[in-house]
Amino acid sequence: MLIFHLGPLATSLFSLLAILALVFSFVMLASHWLKNHVYAFAAESWTIAAISASIGYYGHYPELYIIAALTALFRGTFLPYLVLRLVKRLDIRREFTPLLKPSSSMILGAALVIFSYEVSRQLGVALHLTDNIAVLALTCMFSLKLIGFLMMILRSEAISHILGLLVIENGIFLGSQILVPGMPALLELVIIFDLLTIVMAFGMLVRFLQTHAGTTSSRGLQKLVG
Amino acid sequence: MVNFAALIAALWIIPAVAIILMLALRRPHLAEYLNLLTSIAVFGLTLTILVAVPDKALVTGAQYILLTPLGAWVLFCVGLVYLLASIYAIGYMRLLPEEKPRLHKYYALQAGFALTMLIAPLMNNPGIFWIAIDFTTIVSAFLVGFEKEAECIEAAWKYLIVVSAGLALALLGIILFYWGGTFVLGPTYALTWANLREVAPKVPETLLFLSFLLTLVGFGTKVGLAPMHTWLPDAHSEGPAPVSAMLSGALLNIALLGIYRFLSIVDSGGYSLMGHTALLVLGVLSLFVAGMFIVRQDGAKRMLAYSSLEHMGVLAIGFGFGGPIAFAGAMYHMVNHSMNKSLMFFGAGNMMRAYDTKYMSKMRQVLRYYPVTGALWLLGAVAITGAPPFGLFLSELTILRGGILSPNPWAVWVMAILLILIFTAFMNHFRRMIWGPEPEPDEVPTLKLSLWNSLPMWLALIPVLVLGLWWPSGLWGFFQQAFMVQP
Repeated sequence: MLIFHLGPLATSLFSLLAILALVFSFVMLASHWLKNHVYAFAAESWTIAAISASIGYYGHYPELYIIAALTALFRGTFLPYLVLRLVKRLDIRREFTPLLKPSSSMILGAALVIFSYEVSRQLGVALHLTDNIAVLALTCMFSLKLIGFLMMILRSEAISHILGLLVIENGIFLGSQILVPGMPALLELVIIFDLLTIVMAFGMLVRFLQTHAGTTSSRGLQKLVG
Repeated sequence: MVNFAALIAALWIIPAVAIILMLALRRPHLAEYLNLLTSIAVFGLTLTILVAVPDKALVTGAQYILLTPLGAWVLFCVGLVYLLASIYAIGYMRLLPEEKPRLHKYYALQAGFALTMLIAPLMNNPGIFWIAIDFTTIVSAFLVGFEKEAECIEAAWKYLIVVSAGLALALLGIILFYWGGTFVLGPTYALTWANLREVAPKVPETLLFLSFLLTLVGFGTKVGLAPMHTWLPDAHSEGPAPVSAMLSGALLNIALLGIYRFLSIVDSGGYSLMGHTALLVLGVLSLFVAGMFIVRQDGAKRMLAYSSLEHMGVLAIGFGFGGPIAFAGAMYHMVNHSMNKSLMFFGAGNMMRAYDTKYMSKMRQVLRYYPVTGALWLLGAVAITGAPPFGLFLSELTILRGGILSPNPWAVWVMAILLILIFTAFMNHFRRMIWGPEPEPDEVPTLKLSLWNSLPMWLALIPVLVLGLWWPSGLWGFFQQAFMVQP
């Protein structure tokens, strides 16, 4: 259920922004340069911040402005900065061992979006949803989730895994902003904080991986099997 | 009337203060005793809470804290395992002289890990519960990688990445649960277990199932249910032995508590059979995977890690059967498994240090070189496979009894056969370690184990034996009461 009635302008704005976030995830999927990943991720986060702010405006949820500012600050600026610093420190510029070419991974990504749309549409029918925006939000949420998993599967660099996880988190955040804008703001704040901690933990572990295991690629991590 | 808010505050403040002291003073010996004292205090507090827990759900702390009988039981398991692991850690970490300069960090992390586990079961908000579980993962990943060898770091990395990805699914599930509630309660309401249960009957079936399956897979990753178990054998086998005990004996229960709470939402929605069957199927699959890997395992702690997978499977089956008998069996199994698995990891840690290997094929004539530790370890192995007269026999039998009356009696047979297989495989491994060939002359163990290494094994074995011979009737009443209260 969407809790407030949306005018046509607001609907198109939300749709545009949600689709934009989805497009950025395709940018990540198509490029093997780690820097581009990080920039695309930052752009995606800023888009999501814009969604939060516009929902705050149209739905009269003033606390969403704070969430939007924090999203832009942490997800859009600080996290990309941390990951970029890690990329520089590890001196890895691109993903060398992708399983698929960019074009094939984009086709797979497109298939996942279609699958997500189908799931969301079915859900929309089952719930008698009248707003298309809810179906779109569900589609984006599931698509980002699946694309994030796809990135983690197709790539073996530790940094790519972190970024895949961040895309998944972004997807959930995007969906939750549109579907449940009234969810207690405290929870969203704590989730942002939690994400920050986990990225720092990842950063430390990646550096340990490099010094103690001699590799940051999951292909090199094969000591533990069976 | 006990002041639960004060008890819970003490439960969180004592470890927090201890962590600050350990990190500030940087004294290894002080840190180990400080950690021990903390764990004794925590154990006392969890026991007090368990004894005094009211027979209905208690919400306090500005609606953020929820205390239920099942929650108190899980909390008690945390306190128990933390105490055993803290006693053992003193003996075990002293066997690693190269870690001495960093020992205060180890104990601070261990206390921090315990603290996150003392927070999670008490959370009344599923979202905050999720975050607490996430924090247990972060802290314990550093404990797994504490020894900084290539394998440890690899295990820690896999643990963090797999579990975070899994938990992300659970977060999606929680958001969909909340969304389902907005159809009934309006856009903004408090996200609590009770509210989600209340709206469940009015939430459309598809959405309720989707949300539940997402949380089941998400927290199932944390419990280590197959096929999301891939991180578990790595993480549980590569960390220091006391950490393995805490990961296995305490943390897995908490994630399972989460699953059971989400299951209760589906139950109140009126779709109990579907939810229980989904959990049951994952449990049976875990038992099967664990059995297959235990048969051909050579790493001592890896075998125990797969045994954790087995026991989580048994618990999932117990909760999946539903009904008061299987539920009581599962709760009884929880505490028995916590103690017994700690005992097994302590024994494995001792033997790994003594023989300087992780492989069971190199640990030979264990009983001759280490009659006490070896005997305790062997008895623990008999107990952990569910043989009488130990507690796990009673609890597994109760789960099986409960299962016969459940809507899924087929699982009883599968479970029984797989348990027999695992018993055989375990005993085969121990037979080789006890009656196998003599060790090579340069591999004869010379290490002297101290009382710190064997005392916690006694402390774990004796209760498991007592609980196997005598199931206190008060405990049975408590389980029935816990079954009646919403978790």
